[in-house]
Amino acid sequence: MIAEAGLAALWFAGALAALQLAMAAIGIARNRDDVSAAVRPVAIVQGLLSALAMILLIWLFLRSDMSVKLVVENSHSAKPWLYKFAGAWGNHEGSMLLWVTILGLAGGAVAIFERTLAERTLTATLGAQAVIALGFYAFLLFSSNPFARLSPAAPDGLGLNPLLQDPGLAFHPPTLYAGYVGLSVAFSFAVGALVTRDVGPAFARAMRPWVLIAWIFLTLGITAGSYWAYYELGWGGWWFWDPVENASLMPWLAATALLHSVTVLATRDGLRAWTVMLAVVAFSMSMIGTFLVRSGILTSVHAFAVDPERGAFILALLAIYIGGALALFAARIGTVRAGTTFDPVSREGGLVANNLLLSVILGIVLIGTLYPIVAASFGVQLSVGPPFFNKAAGPIALLLVAVMAAGPLLRWRRDEGRAVIARMALPIGATVAAAITLMFVWPGVLAWAGLSLAAGLAVASVAPLWKRNLRRTPLFTYGMVIAHLGIAVSLAGMASDSAFTQETLVAVRAGEPARVGPYQVTLDGISPVIGDNWSALEARLSVVRGTQARVLHPQLRFFANPPTSTNESAILTALDGQLYTVLGQPDAQGRWQLRLWWKPFVTLIWFGGVLIALGGMLSLIGRVRRERRTMLRAEWA
Amino acid sequence: MKRVALWAPLAIFALVFVVVISGLVKPGETVVRSAMVGKPVPDFALPAMVPGKPGLSAATFRQGQPRLLNVFASWCVPCIAEAPQLLRLKAAGVPIDAIAVRDTGTAIAGFLARNGDPYARIGSDSASRVQMALGSSGVPETFVVDGRGIVVKQIIGDIRPEQVDEIVQAVRAAR
Repeated sequence: MIAEAGLAALWFAGALAALQLAMAAIGIARNRDDVSAAVRPVAIVQGLLSALAMILLIWLFLRSDMSVKLVVENSHSAKPWLYKFAGAWGNHEGSMLLWVTILGLAGGAVAIFERTLAERTLTATLGAQAVIALGFYAFLLFSSNPFARLSPAAPDGLGLNPLLQDPGLAFHPPTLYAGYVGLSVAFSFAVGALVTRDVGPAFARAMRPWVLIAWIFLTLGITAGSYWAYYELGWGGWWFWDPVENASLMPWLAATALLHSVTVLATRDGLRAWTVMLAVVAFSMSMIGTFLVRSGILTSVHAFAVDPERGAFILALLAIYIGGALALFAARIGTVRAGTTFDPVSREGGLVANNLLLSVILGIVLIGTLYPIVAASFGVQLSVGPPFFNKAAGPIALLLVAVMAAGPLLRWRRDEGRAVIARMALPIGATVAAAITLMFVWPGVLAWAGLSLAAGLAVASVAPLWKRNLRRTPLFTYGMVIAHLGIAVSLAGMASDSAFTQETLVAVRAGEPARVGPYQVTLDGISPVIGDNWSALEARLSVVRGTQARVLHPQLRFFANPPTSTNESAILTALDGQLYTVLGQPDAQGRWQLRLWWKPFVTLIWFGGVLIALGGMLSLIGRVRRERRTMLRAEWA
Repeated sequence: MKRVALWAPLAIFALVFVVVISGLVKPGETVVRSAMVGKPVPDFALPAMVPGKPGLSAATFRQGQPRLLNVFASWCVPCIAEAPQLLRLKAAGVPIDAIAVRDTGTAIAGFLARNGDPYARIGSDSASRVQMALGSSGVPETFVVDGRGIVVKQIIGDIRPEQVDEIVQAVRAAR
């Protein structure tokens, strides 16, 4: 009954989405406020029903109900409960249901919490949200039903891909999806504002917290995914320019640009059309990402099932939503009055430069990701990898860092070039000092520029707090400072990892030592270990650095369902970097392959990512508190 | 802003859409095509791997006689599986040279003692440089090279028993 109840919940939610759309359309077209008033509650119930469907699916997985096709294909009764739970979205249908659930909940959250947006625009926004939801409900119900039964029921399931059997699966997809789909709110806001021709500072202030929430989740999701890939895949890399990683980076780039342009719109009433455009683009990138992953058009570790029919379905949805929004944009934005203009040397000017550079990087990533498809249609097989992305996007990203350092030190409206340079003296000094120091260890051009600029940015990002009363500084200023500092920290980690990593591959017998970086690694022995649903050969590595000694246990793990083996790396984190060890295959002479990396300051990459998200959170709390205070004040006046 | 410019984003999206739909409609390719067929063997000279057997250079392939170039390693399991097929090819009169990738002399000597030795020459490619230049992405791989040093066929992965005749034909045709 659980599966049928889940399916019923999905159908009801779909029907409510249709109702939500119809009522929003009538409310706006006929100016019927009584009809519009019902849109909010319908959106809330729709969100709750989609959540109910997700909960029921999780329940089916926890119970290992082998009469449900999806459970049979992706789970196994001997799996630890955490992977049964998270396994609910470790497959195509379940992950699409999670997508729709977050979409529904986001719509419900807007209906409950959004009080600043004009009521008419809000109705249009919820109508747009309903259109998106309808399409994806249809996708689930007609081509990816997660609740389909299997008759006769199977004795047991086929198991979950061992690479996914990691606590990372419990956190990475939901956070990333919350980010992806959270951007649908910005998209719907933009569509709503185009419908009611209401693009202005009030609209921007209302939209900003929603963009921030999505962006925080996206940042955390990408950071978590990167660390997961780093320790699980056993290659010691943290970013592979895999199409799906790009699919998560592109919405992030667009959302970052949007976050900054929406500030210009909220504060100075500029960049009206551009902000609306970005809101449309950001969610479009999420959907393109979903399409690339789910259609199997590109080969990737994330492509669960290759199914052209599903691909065609998502592509059709994509054409309707993105095409529709862009057509609406073209038809309507001309009637939106142009916003105020500003001097090129000003905070607005800096933010425009930020937006342009982010857009260029976005374009590069998009072209690099789609190029193999273009080439394939001309009969050429190729893949675009790190050499292209690093060379093309790297220098522009560094230019962006320079702009980012200067931006917060610029005044709104108009600034003096000379005064700006005076304010930038300390950051520029830090950059030059770092650059000269690094000349002596020459890490390569990109890493050299990266590390120097990171030093400058770190100084520049705390500069806005200089000579200010720290207790009266608004929380969102702290947010910006910490987020920018996070970028500097992360950049330093990336540059340091790419420049100073040491790698050794050795074949050793027990007792033979090997050296990597500051560590001496000795294989003490290999012993078998048994886990919940796996067995492993585990190495005991004595790791000595100076007077400190530690023991690491990398494993070669074998799973029975499905039969696969994985390399479980063992990582030693020190203050100045990580020692990364992987156990490989034995050879005929009783020697074992060990792959060892010393990665100086690599942890800064993810620490920076967490800082960026933390900055976003502070900013969000600060903005929401200020909005509420002004609203209360307005009510009392 | 110009009215026309406002439609540009939609136009760009339409373009992306067309590209993606063409990629979706076109069936995926499951066979890896060789980029080396029709191209000359790159210039290289590798030192000998085992005592008593000469090393290998590109000049060997320009002496007018078609030959096989086998890329292998002692640490490679499929290479053991393909060894009998190479011996059959040698028995059929096909000259075979080899590049041993990332290996040591003693390991190769052991491999040849266990699995038989079909090779006329073995060059030691300790850092996979020549392997990369040949466009070979793994071991084993085998190239059929005509008498002028042009690659006419590339076999990716181990040679299976049913492929032996086909390879003998290809070598005869390359004469």
